Amino acid sequence: MKKFLDLESIPAVINEINIDTDDIIPKQFLKTIHRTGLGKYLFYNRRFDKNSNKKAEFILNNKPWNNSKILLAGSNFGCGSSREHAPWALLDFGIECIIAPSFADIFYNNSIKNGLLLLTLSKSIIDKLSQFSLDKKSLTVSLLNKNVFCNNLCLDFNISEDIRERLINGYDDIELTLKESSQIDSYENENYNKNSWKLVDSD
Amino acid sequence: MEHPKTLFDKVWEDHLVGKLSSGQNIIYIDRHLVHEVTSPQAFEGLRNKNRKVRRPNLTLGVADHNVPTTSRDLGINSIKDKIARIQVETLEKNLKDYSIDYIPLTSLNQGIVHIIGPELGFTLPGTTVVCGDSHTSTHGAFGALAFGIGTSEVEHVLATQTLLQDKPKNMKIEINGEIGKNITSKDIILKIISQIGTSAGTGHVIEFTGSTVKKMSMEERMTICNMSIEAGAKAGMVSPDLKTFQYLKDKKYSPKNEKWDTAIDKWTKLYSDKNANFDKKFDLNVSNLKPMVTWGTSPEDGICIDEAVPDPLSLRDKEKQKAVKKSLDYMGLSPGIKMLEVPIQKVFIGSCTNGRIEDLRVASSVVKGKKVAKNLQAIVVPGSGMVKKMAEDEGLQEIFIDAGFEWRAPGCSMCLGMNPDQLKDGERCASTSNRNFEGRQGRGGRTHLVSPATAAASAIAGSFVDVSEGW
Ligand code: SF4
Repeated sequence: MKKFLDLESIPAVINEINIDTDDIIPKQFLKTIHRTGLGKYLFYNRRFDKNSNKKAEFILNNKPWNNSKILLAGSNFGCGSSREHAPWALLDFGIECIIAPSFADIFYNNSIKNGLLLLTLSKSIIDKLSQFSLDKKSLTVSLLNKNVFCNNLCLDFNISEDIRERLINGYDDIELTLKESSQIDSYENENYNKNSWKLVDSD
Repeated sequence: MEHPKTLFDKVWEDHLVGKLSSGQNIIYIDRHLVHEVTSPQAFEGLRNKNRKVRRPNLTLGVADHNVPTTSRDLGINSIKDKIARIQVETLEKNLKDYSIDYIPLTSLNQGIVHIIGPELGFTLPGTTVVCGDSHTSTHGAFGALAFGIGTSEVEHVLATQTLLQDKPKNMKIEINGEIGKNITSKDIILKIISQIGTSAGTGHVIEFTGSTVKKMSMEERMTICNMSIEAGAKAGMVSPDLKTFQYLKDKKYSPKNEKWDTAIDKWTKLYSDKNANFDKKFDLNVSNLKPMVTWGTSPEDGICIDEAVPDPLSLRDKEKQKAVKKSLDYMGLSPGIKMLEVPIQKVFIGSCTNGRIEDLRVASSVVKGKKVAKNLQAIVVPGSGMVKKMAEDEGLQEIFIDAGFEWRAPGCSMCLGMNPDQLKDGERCASTSNRNFEGRQGRGGRTHLVSPATAAASAIAGSFVDVSEGW
């Protein structure tokens, strides 16, 4: 996984609650067997009309926000389907950090696994940050210092130490877990001794 | 005395393998289901890194999302969409390469992953069950800790048979009261979500309890657990009882002989201790519950079928006002219109929420001897080959076909419209599925979530009707 370094960008804003993963990447693009190339389908129904023409009014279709690396959104972002295609599409489009009052659980996990930073800040702060988007001013997100700043505004954020470390170092969770194989071995030994019914038997 | 524990606490503790040096919990996974859409990249990841599958026989694969529901005789060649076919072929190849059991498209056991898991006894009480699909919460009806995961986690399970997890919190939803005629557990869960909202469960595992839940069949319990995710929860659970054991006895993968006896011994201890602590609670009395329907584009937009859609101007919260207005525009509904006055063009009975035999029984009893309204397309998609066969053996297929319903082959179908079963722009559908998001069933399509009884009656009436009155 890529290491997360500090990020500077004019943020884009989609000021809506409950943005679901069907919205982030519609189902017709889930037939792929690869992780790559999904950015062009991000928010497909918002970006393109029924004839596949770009919709002029959507923020990510307009300069400078088409190059935004930071997205500001409403609460419960990423709810719905577990599709990891959602963070893949966001990252492929260039979004590396999303700031919202809250995120859905599965989307949160999926994003962190791919190095997409999700920050939880209150709605009133996000409203403040949204002004920078309108003014086309850059925000900087520093995961090292755990703050977001712009001009003379500097806001601290909370993030679990463990997740911060994983992102900064670009750790691979599977690699880390495989190092603990002996723990898994002894769990299995003990567990299947006591609970042989958990083994899969088919007739 | 030991600290009182919830059902979830017990299953969680039983699966703690240990910790990473960072302190993260390693949780053992007993059962893993894979399907064609969220697994290819996981196998690709294994190959790229030369990793093995730790325990191939704890994973079971089936194709369900992408498959056509018209003819199945040609197996994989029934899939006309080339990209979809490649995805299913990839699943077959991946499972073969890694020696994982696969249920082919032509098998009687094929079906929606959350329907076949329990049907085959792959899902068991007190186990951890995961799948790259958010509705994995369904399996919690058996007292399993079951939750949806992403593709990276699918790879993690394949490679290590574990996941890294923070412990979720406990939430209890207690349901009491006797439900009326043609009111189903779908109405109950829609009611709950309309009251607590789509993020009330975030970070929590919900245990459903109360006299109503005790009386429910396994199918009904699966319907409420299935939609726990629509309340934002990590998982939904019901404490297993005799009904659970009866359901699982002699199923294909269920433990047999002495193993069955030790299992029962274990399973009877799976309940929340008296005075166990829940971080959140919600109570509902369902005695006067009416059939529910969603009017908007979020599962929390549920109202009683005889109510009117809300008027955004009557709401205080500006953000909510905006969301309601956007939903109503998309749904083509004017504020204040009564749901009973809204005509529909399509009816979909199926999905992992309501594609089980009991759902089809209820729906068929409503349509028996009647005819689907003119110009309305109504389809029934059984959740699995076994459900389909059972329904055919009971004569339900004929009832549906005589009434003018289409009788299809099993799969996810119009629940998400990845296959050709989709809504056209502007079409309005009474659907027994679980999500009414914009474009979910087809771009511009308008989805109203309802119970199988309501969907069936509405197909006959051509508009939403109150199935609890006079049906
Ligand atoms: S029926 Fe619908 S919700 Fe269930 S697994 Fe299939 S697509 Fe997902």
